[in-house]
Amino acid sequence: MGKDIRQVYTDTLLELAQTDDTICVLESDLMMATGTKAFKEAYPDRFFDVGVAEANMVGIASGLSSEGKIPFAASFGTFASRRTFDQFFLSANYARLNVKLVGTDPGITAQFNGGTHMPFEDVGMMRLIPDLVIIEPCDTVSCAALVRLAAKHQGSVYIRLHRKGSQTLYDERQQFELGRGQVLRDGTDVTLIASGFVMVPEALKAADLLKEEGIRAAVLDMHTIKPLDEELVLSFAQKTGAVVTCENHQVTGGLGGAVAELLGEQLPTLMGRIGSQDKFGQVGTLDYLLEAYQLRAEDIAEKARRILAKNS
Amino acid sequence: MNILSQHRSLELHRAAEFIRLHSMEAIGSCGAGHVGGVLSIAELTALLYQEVLRYDPKYPEDPARDRVVLSKGHCGPALYAALALAGFFPMEELLTLNQNGSSLPSHCNMHKTPGIDIGTGSLGQGASLAAGMALGLKKRSSASRVFLILGDGECNEGQVWEAVLFAAHQQLDNLIAYVDVNKQQLDGYTEDICSLGDLRSKFESFGWRAIQADGHNIDELHNATQEILRETGRPGIVIMDTVKGKGWSGVDGKPGVHHVPISSEQLEEARKEITHRIESLTAQLEGIHD
Ligand SMILES: Cc1ncc(C[n+]2csc(CCOP(=O)(O)OP(=O)(O)O)c2C)c(N)n1
Repeated sequence: MGKDIRQVYTDTLLELAQTDDTICVLESDLMMATGTKAFKEAYPDRFFDVGVAEANMVGIASGLSSEGKIPFAASFGTFASRRTFDQFFLSANYARLNVKLVGTDPGITAQFNGGTHMPFEDVGMMRLIPDLVIIEPCDTVSCAALVRLAAKHQGSVYIRLHRKGSQTLYDERQQFELGRGQVLRDGTDVTLIASGFVMVPEALKAADLLKEEGIRAAVLDMHTIKPLDEELVLSFAQKTGAVVTCENHQVTGGLGGAVAELLGEQLPTLMGRIGSQDKFGQVGTLDYLLEAYQLRAEDIAEKARRILAKNS
Repeated sequence: MNILSQHRSLELHRAAEFIRLHSMEAIGSCGAGHVGGVLSIAELTALLYQEVLRYDPKYPEDPARDRVVLSKGHCGPALYAALALAGFFPMEELLTLNQNGSSLPSHCNMHKTPGIDIGTGSLGQGASLAAGMALGLKKRSSASRVFLILGDGECNEGQVWEAVLFAAHQQLDNLIAYVDVNKQQLDGYTEDICSLGDLRSKFESFGWRAIQADGHNIDELHNATQEILRETGRPGIVIMDTVKGKGWSGVDGKPGVHHVPISSEQLEEARKEITHRIESLTAQLEGIHD
């Protein structure tokens, strides 16, 4: 068993903190969930648990940033986005400060916490903030790399962080760049553009399903949703003529929205969007929720087939 | 003053133990849950649903009913047990907690569960909701009252204090709040995370009537409730001194019991302890004639 993604997050912060004394961690009574206790123990003077007060946390993080710190502040994705939006927008971003906001338990991974805790809108909200960088790692390797890049980036970042469970899709030596998607699989018939721990593997599985039918699907890991890797999206849209976006999020506002906006303006291409179709969250097991929101590999493959049928 | 008879008091204590038992059964059936904060409000939910609130379980939307806002919405299972015991839905349904498609989600949802007056789960929001409901009821001259249940960790949220200011300003004497001071939140002891100081004097200085009570003593809770309900011109709050995880030795007063997995052995242990207390309360009740 590999490391939980949340442990990769904390270990990476510990590693960064060794050589950079401006790195600090903020929690709003979810340290035990995010898993940053090891950071508190190693650097008690750089760890601040503000209590159940997310908006306050983001304001404090912004103040710390204005005094030269690099704060990583976390909560569940719902509260990190919805409860802090004005503070993050103005205190952190309009002020051009350097706050790394972490929203955990993306989409259906909130599972038994249910509808109040199931963020299908955080990326959409965050995309509206000018110049903000938005990342969503899909595995242990990209998580460590992207958290390092987020720390190095001058400016605020929203990190959509998967919490429990481990998976490794990349080779340890893989290099990453903010704003540059990864080609996981090349293909000529359709492009599956995915982000995150849940949807990247589903997209890969969908590509396998399609392969059995002779459909060659390319799979892109769009770990940076903003700024979108426009060059990569356009080149694959050109090459394959069909695109399906796959996100554990509403189909509006997030990855699907970003790709649709780009293609609509620059290269109208038939596309489909996999994600929550304007629905609220609910409690359930991961499998149940994958099915309820039609996020499974089969749903992706079916969407691809339909688009290809329209294209021909 | 309406003081509980010894018989009634014992009955209510027993109802609280039933709420503990059924909450643990429900949480056990799905393997994990917010055990600590559920067990600390067993007496309060028993008192409210068995003695204080006006409602008709066959007509959950009755406009004349009293409203309950469980702002610490993660403690839904305690409320569900109280609602089932009060007849809002069959007891068996409690064992569907958190199952796929369940009408009993971990956090309260008024559109899923009969008897839930408002959805909660994002801490702090219930305080404003309760203030708005109390204001709305007053504006249409309703005699219904709003019962708000807050967590102590939840009082970190600025929204709680915004609502508290507003409720005093609007003289919402149809609003009664309870804060479950079980001294712990998710990450540890409230005192270590963001000290709340003297909650009673804080509420008083915000213009509320505030009464301290042992949250596991039905008589104290009842007397405090009655006193606040008689109050006019201002809202009131009972500052409940409680123990997180009260009533099952596996978690009672222990740290780190906010959200815990429950094995079938642990459930059996909890079942034994609680059932034992129910039997002893029943024996006491049989010895007293009301
Ligand atoms: C706005 C918001 N932030 C964070 C959470 C996650 N959360 C659930 S319970 C909890 C701790 C609450 O502590 P307290 O109010 O003392 O509850 P109790 O001990 O009574 O269970 C936290 C942080 C939440 N539900 N809502």
